[in-house]
Amino acid sequence: MEHVAVLAARAELEAAKKDKQDKRMTAEAAAELIKDGDHVAIGGTLYSRTPMALVFALLAKRRRHLTVSRPLACYEIELFASTGALDRIVTSWVGIGLPWGLAPIFRDYVERGEVAYDEWSHLAMGLRYKAGAMGVPFLPALTMLGSDLAARLDLQTVTCPYTGDRLAAVPALNPDVALIHAHRADMLGNVQVDGYRHMDVDMARAARTVIVSAEQIVSPDEIAARPDRTMLPHFAVDAVVAAPHGSYPHECYGRYGPDLRHFDGYAAAAREHGPAAGLRYVEENADPGFADFLDRAGPERLAALAADAGELTPR
Amino acid sequence: MSDVTADELMAITASRLLADHKVVFAGVGMPLLASAVARHRHAPHLTIVLEGGIIGTALLPGKLPISTNEMRAAYGAQMLTDITDIFLYAQRGYFDYGFLGAAQVDMYGNINTSVIGTMEHPRVRLPGSGGANDIISLCNEVLIVTQHEPRRFVERVDFITSPGYLSGGDSRARAGLLTGRLGAVVTDLALLDFEPVTRRMRLRALQPGVSVSQVRAQTGFDLLVSDELTELAPPSPEEIVIYRELRDGPVPVTVETP
Repeated sequence: MEHVAVLAARAELEAAKKDKQDKRMTAEAAAELIKDGDHVAIGGTLYSRTPMALVFALLAKRRRHLTVSRPLACYEIELFASTGALDRIVTSWVGIGLPWGLAPIFRDYVERGEVAYDEWSHLAMGLRYKAGAMGVPFLPALTMLGSDLAARLDLQTVTCPYTGDRLAAVPALNPDVALIHAHRADMLGNVQVDGYRHMDVDMARAARTVIVSAEQIVSPDEIAARPDRTMLPHFAVDAVVAAPHGSYPHECYGRYGPDLRHFDGYAAAAREHGPAAGLRYVEENADPGFADFLDRAGPERLAALAADAGELTPR
Repeated sequence: MSDVTADELMAITASRLLADHKVVFAGVGMPLLASAVARHRHAPHLTIVLEGGIIGTALLPGKLPISTNEMRAAYGAQMLTDITDIFLYAQRGYFDYGFLGAAQVDMYGNINTSVIGTMEHPRVRLPGSGGANDIISLCNEVLIVTQHEPRRFVERVDFITSPGYLSGGDSRARAGLLTGRLGAVVTDLALLDFEPVTRRMRLRALQPGVSVSQVRAQTGFDLLVSDELTELAPPSPEEIVIYRELRDGPVPVTVETP
């Protein structure tokens, strides 16, 4: 388990250049900010608001020795493993989704010991990002106690100085990079999201570098017209990438539903061919670029997924 | 009764344990279906919470979510927040019930969803805890629903992902788990609870037509049997219709009277 000194992350932040400037760039340029050996936190959860355009750009770079953390991980984890980019997963759950059963490529790498899996509870993941976001080294909690998860991670406890109760001391996590997909952002990096926020706010505030892709780049005036929707202020964001349909084939709340047929195809190939299917998926879908990927999905499919979202969310 | 599936039997039995006006923290699949049946039948004021930041989901019949983090799960919700926030409501004590499935459960209600075999030499690496460890640690009363098979009901789980009563007695409290208790385990054969002193799993009621020896044969450990053993009422036609409409959508369903 990696323990990052939260004060070091703070010192870096204090020393960082923080001009209020145009932070727009391409996904390809944003992926250049990620280096071999980095801890990359991926926003969204399972197949919701995954920053897929950014993930694809990173996959195409074929980085090595990455640690990836997420609240619940979907098949993007298998893609990082299949391309040899992944050393370690830090999460509470890895799968494709309930109907597709166990994720075969994930199983292959973790069972062979080629990829390490630090399994935390879901709340503990949230508290790790939250402690990192708060600038404190740990948060006390009443979860994970007594479990083999705690024993395996060597999770420490603290004694409450007021009551004498023993609590789990969940350590801070300050990822090197956070990748977040949002509904709207302005060029300065003010970021708005509709619907549930997953763990994105804490994850971004904990991270050393924050890359945000957005369905729409809007003017600062449009952000200011609905300031209650803003989940990250410009000074917490380093790069802004325009990415309409940037979560596809995963969902984006109120915009489009998940393309579950695409999952069917992926899951069938992964079951049949294992890691080779993951590598092939990246070569066919991620390497040619995200615009090409969306073109192949086609406007009819994207429109149908948008209609699904319209049916399920309030006007 | 012959056309009632094991899933229907489990969901309907579990739904009856949920009282009106309470708050249930449910996982997707069987726990969510059971919660939805309760809300559509005897508990219209039941609030269903999902870990994806979703409070008070309404659920669209025939379009139940397969993830706790998706728009179908959020349909009709009263509040959308973030994931960590939901678990902090649980830690504060707001959630009357936590509702879980289990790949493997042992005589003390410990659940394994991490690994079959050992972590050093896994035979099957399972997906992991998700929110299960937190739900069993933090909700006021925990309900478990799972199919009754010897490979699921084991003497000791291979790995304690989610702590029940650990090694029995007061070991849960000694581990620092100050809150939460395990209420019941619902299966296609029986309703089980935990004996108050030893905290060992105990047969409390049988599904209709099932014998004690049948339950014992499907349980991989020595099962206690309650002095007040009863038989559960079979699913009513009304319950079956509600279940099937939720699962498949509002299509006409004919059900023979059991």
